Amino acid sequence: MTITVAGEKKEYKEGLALPELIELEDVETPQYVTVSINDEFVATEDKESTVLKEGDSVEFLYFMGGGQ
Amino acid sequence: MRIIRADYRIYDDIVKYAKEHLPEEACGLIAGSEDEDGNRVIEKVYFLENIDHANDHFTLDPKDQMAAIKDMRALGLKQLGNWHSHPESPSRPSEEDIRLSFDSKASYMILSLMAENPVLNSYHVENGNYEKEDLRIISEDYFY
Repeated sequence: MTITVAGEKKEYKEGLALPELIELEDVETPQYVTVSINDEFVATEDKESTVLKEGDSVEFLYFMGGGQ
Repeated sequence: MRIIRADYRIYDDIVKYAKEHLPEEACGLIAGSEDEDGNRVIEKVYFLENIDHANDHFTLDPKDQMAAIKDMRALGLKQLGNWHSHPESPSRPSEEDIRLSFDSKASYMILSLMAENPVLNSYHVENGNYEKEDLRIISEDYFY
């Protein structure tokens, strides 16, 4: 199936789970990454159980913050 | 060491925005292009809300990040990293900045406003260590 990851169309197996995609995409420190699928943010507690489907568009957003 | 080039007007815009938001830290994203050697040109700066509204912390709202990333894509730009100001401390990553730098591909720019003249530096942060990048503010006529 075709999934768009960070704006780029890619082919993945059917029934790909979000944690698998995170691993395949080599996302650093995934615990600090916000994921959106089709412009909807995935709740932290739903990350493990989310399964992707044909045509999904996924974004990985790193937490950005700090302090002086 | 990676070279980061930015037009002086980008620098001026960051300083102006950060001063307007004193005493809070100001923040945003940087976008542009990257060559095969990893050297970067900043072509656009995004001025985003510091949802902490504090003088010693900043956090970007993921919704704002998302909107900025979509704009970058529409313009054919690459997300290069982020920037934030230090109203009362030097232009180098604090312990918290280092701890919260999760993207090793990002350039982390820090503008210090503690002295009369602003100081802007860019850093690569990875595994708890940071290295200064070669930030060059350029004009159409010369580099300095």
